Amino acid sequence: MTDLISKVPEGPLAEKWTNHKAHIKVVSPANKKKMEIIVIGTGLAGASAAATLGELGYNVKIFCISDSPRRAHSIAAQGGINAAKNYQNDNDSVYRLFYDTIKGGDYRSREANVYRLAEVSNNIIDQCVAQGVPFARDYGGLLDNRSFGGAQVSRTFYARGQTGQQLLLGAYAALNRQVAKGTVKSYPRHEMLDLVLINGEAKGIIARDLTTGEIQRFGAHAVVVASGGYGNTYFLSTNAMNSNGSAAWQCYKKGAFFANPCFAQIHPTCIPVHGDQQSKLTLMSESLRNDGRIWVPKKLEDVEAIRKGTKKPSDIAEEDRDYYLERRYPAFGNLVPRDVASRAAKERCDAGFGVNEQGLAVFLDFKTCMEQKGRKYIEEKYGNLFQMYEEINDVDPYKEPMMIFPAIHYTMGGLWVDYNLQTTIPGLYAIGEANFSDHGGNRLGASALMQGLADGYFILPYTIGDYLASKFKDPKTDTNAPEFEEAENRIKERVNKLLSIKGKRTVDSIHKELGHIMWEYVGMARNEEGLKKAIGLIRDLKKEFWSNVYVAGDNEHFNQELEKALRVADFLEIGELMAIDALNRRESCGGHFREEMQTAEGETKRDDENFMYVAAWEYKGEEEPALHKEPLEFKYCTVATRNYKD
Amino acid sequence: MKFTLKIWRQENAKAKGHFETYKVDGISPDTSFLEMMDILNEQLVNEKINPVAFDKGCKGEHSGPVSFDHDCREGICGACSLYINGRAHGPESGVTTCQLYMRKFKDGSTITIEPWRSSGFPIIKDLVVDRRAYDKILQAGGFISVNTGGVPDANAIPIKKEKADKSMDAAACIGCGACAATCKNGSAMLFVAARVSSLALLPQGKIEGARRAKAMVDTMDALGFGSCTNTRACEMECPKGISVEHIARLNREFLSAKLSE
Repeated sequence: MTDLISKVPEGPLAEKWTNHKAHIKVVSPANKKKMEIIVIGTGLAGASAAATLGELGYNVKIFCISDSPRRAHSIAAQGGINAAKNYQNDNDSVYRLFYDTIKGGDYRSREANVYRLAEVSNNIIDQCVAQGVPFARDYGGLLDNRSFGGAQVSRTFYARGQTGQQLLLGAYAALNRQVAKGTVKSYPRHEMLDLVLINGEAKGIIARDLTTGEIQRFGAHAVVVASGGYGNTYFLSTNAMNSNGSAAWQCYKKGAFFANPCFAQIHPTCIPVHGDQQSKLTLMSESLRNDGRIWVPKKLEDVEAIRKGTKKPSDIAEEDRDYYLERRYPAFGNLVPRDVASRAAKERCDAGFGVNEQGLAVFLDFKTCMEQKGRKYIEEKYGNLFQMYEEINDVDPYKEPMMIFPAIHYTMGGLWVDYNLQTTIPGLYAIGEANFSDHGGNRLGASALMQGLADGYFILPYTIGDYLASKFKDPKTDTNAPEFEEAENRIKERVNKLLSIKGKRTVDSIHKELGHIMWEYVGMARNEEGLKKAIGLIRDLKKEFWSNVYVAGDNEHFNQELEKALRVADFLEIGELMAIDALNRRESCGGHFREEMQTAEGETKRDDENFMYVAAWEYKGEEEPALHKEPLEFKYCTVATRNYKD
Repeated sequence: MKFTLKIWRQENAKAKGHFETYKVDGISPDTSFLEMMDILNEQLVNEKINPVAFDKGCKGEHSGPVSFDHDCREGICGACSLYINGRAHGPESGVTTCQLYMRKFKDGSTITIEPWRSSGFPIIKDLVVDRRAYDKILQAGGFISVNTGGVPDANAIPIKKEKADKSMDAAACIGCGACAATCKNGSAMLFVAARVSSLALLPQGKIEGARRAKAMVDTMDALGFGSCTNTRACEMECPKGISVEHIARLNREFLSAKLSE
């Protein structure tokens, strides 16, 4: 038995969403006008939700930490967005997209949610085209597709290497239209620092105006968190510098359960770390694996020669190259899912075949493609990525292969939500990367954009109505209520405490130290001893932070050091919960690889008997968090060991 | 590598600004420009923590870490800005400040770093400016008026590949503000043109084309941006290589709006 009610509707899988929509309550137009909704974050999920809620007639307030909603990190997604259109006639379908996503997630996501995601994927493409998103087209004027990892069909729609940018500009444009109409009020450079509950329901937030430092109160009938993931816990990741887990974390500390925090995605094709002065890692789109081949030399002496610079990678003869993904996974080859590709790279590097000075890189090579399809083809498809690579590395990837290595990219875990995307706090919703719901243990490429927009355009605007329909008689939330007063005072105390420590460590030095602990013990391979050690180290570091950090400046001005300090304080706690969850989950599954649980060939070994559940953690203050389990049932697809070999 | 940095410091929009000089040392050529700024800031915070070590070339009490906008650090979010040695986004063409690497600078040289200077972008602090004016211009009409749902199938209207590609060229704009900051008239014409042109090239966007062009240009004017005199400096400095041909398309749309009045 579980105390988590997923609210998955009855009936056959393919009819659940349609039936559910028919039965949930709606709010009349006259009443929508009286209701207020707060949306945190302006990425694909937040912007599309706010725009759609505004169109429906609600009064929306949207908050982002950047100077403009358009800068949210969705903008950086390169490769594409999946949809089950079957435009390529390659036998794609809603069911196949659903099945690939469940399998790709290593059977740790909720069937009904994933099916709905696949179902609305097609509406997303229609919507984006209508908004003027310039997707790639072929000469007949119809939309083009490409392939991504974990799929054997071509279902990924793209706009050069800037798909996230174009989709976000579409959602941002829809948002701008509502701002002009007055249904949405936009608060850029504002950061949510607390969630306010009245009688156990989400009724508002405390936010800091990042320009003036003013701590402000905002009330609403419901709050939607679309603040993205917590990948920056690792300090080095492909996330933007300001991406953080704080908004979701405040919700957790107010009682919303946090699900599967240990499921973090490590992306196989990132530019390797170059030194300790590095601030972030740059992703090279997964789409490159359509035409690029991944390899390391077969002979260690060639590895040595490349490291020393006496041989160039292009000097290595074809027969001396180990295309290890093609060798190990012939059915999918270079297009295996991300977790599989990342672990395979680690395996080769651990065996001594890493091709850069640090021994932590493999090659992504376009030689075959250049020979077969020519330079112009590559320029057209990946031009900006090749240019980006050359800028960073000073190496021309048309001549020599790219060097790549896995890096933290995305977090599948997040706030626990039911089928309506509502958290365990009534009136608090979580959408996009901020929730846990659709990707299980591993997200497939081009599915983050799909989920963000599915939640924001097509799911939340309906499901939130079911909650608000019982609230339309409630008056406007009074921000003079004692609950707001108390929350505001607590935040002010926290800020003042941080500013008054005046210790000896910079905020970044502590964040980097946390990152090292996380990557070492809660990274690509985890084990019981390491995880226990990590928990101890993180707790010590947290003490160090609260007694010895130095936060420059004051609260009355624009102060980026203070912004960072507030976020790092939360990363320290997020990191600890990730380690606790990873320790609990004594199985290997998706991006979570427990060394104790592997097959003789080094593949992941799931434990379906004991771990086929969502681990949802409840905050208990100074005590250990409490674990709640939502069992997962698979009625419509066969649970099997993932096989990308044959 | 080592550098002398002359950086603009300004407490807020109303305060008087000034240059402060700092020295950084031990910078790897593979360090990005903004990572170099991180290293400087780490150094400046450490000097606050331990004033004894405070002799790296700064005179007197310095103003603490330098504020600058940045986020994705891969040239797509448009947050980073910076006038570096008199050029928007620094000496390289076709890249943003975050994509600039220290190997492009001469070891031991002095680098001058200033914020965007444009009446449309008031300074918030140091190198951080307020670019909300760009949001306001887009709110005036930089969209296609469709609600969520109830739209035709994505392949219902074929679009010529050439048109879609051109639309994408214009849509590559990241809204960083380099065009207006570079323009001697402080005109945001390239920014406006990129959006207008990108939508006007598509059948879905064509319908509102004229109205959109007029509304956005009027808003740009009202927000204090200057007018375009075709110096093409914006095109030169645009990190995404947006062509001024889009300004020509904007002018056509604008004219047809005026004619139909």
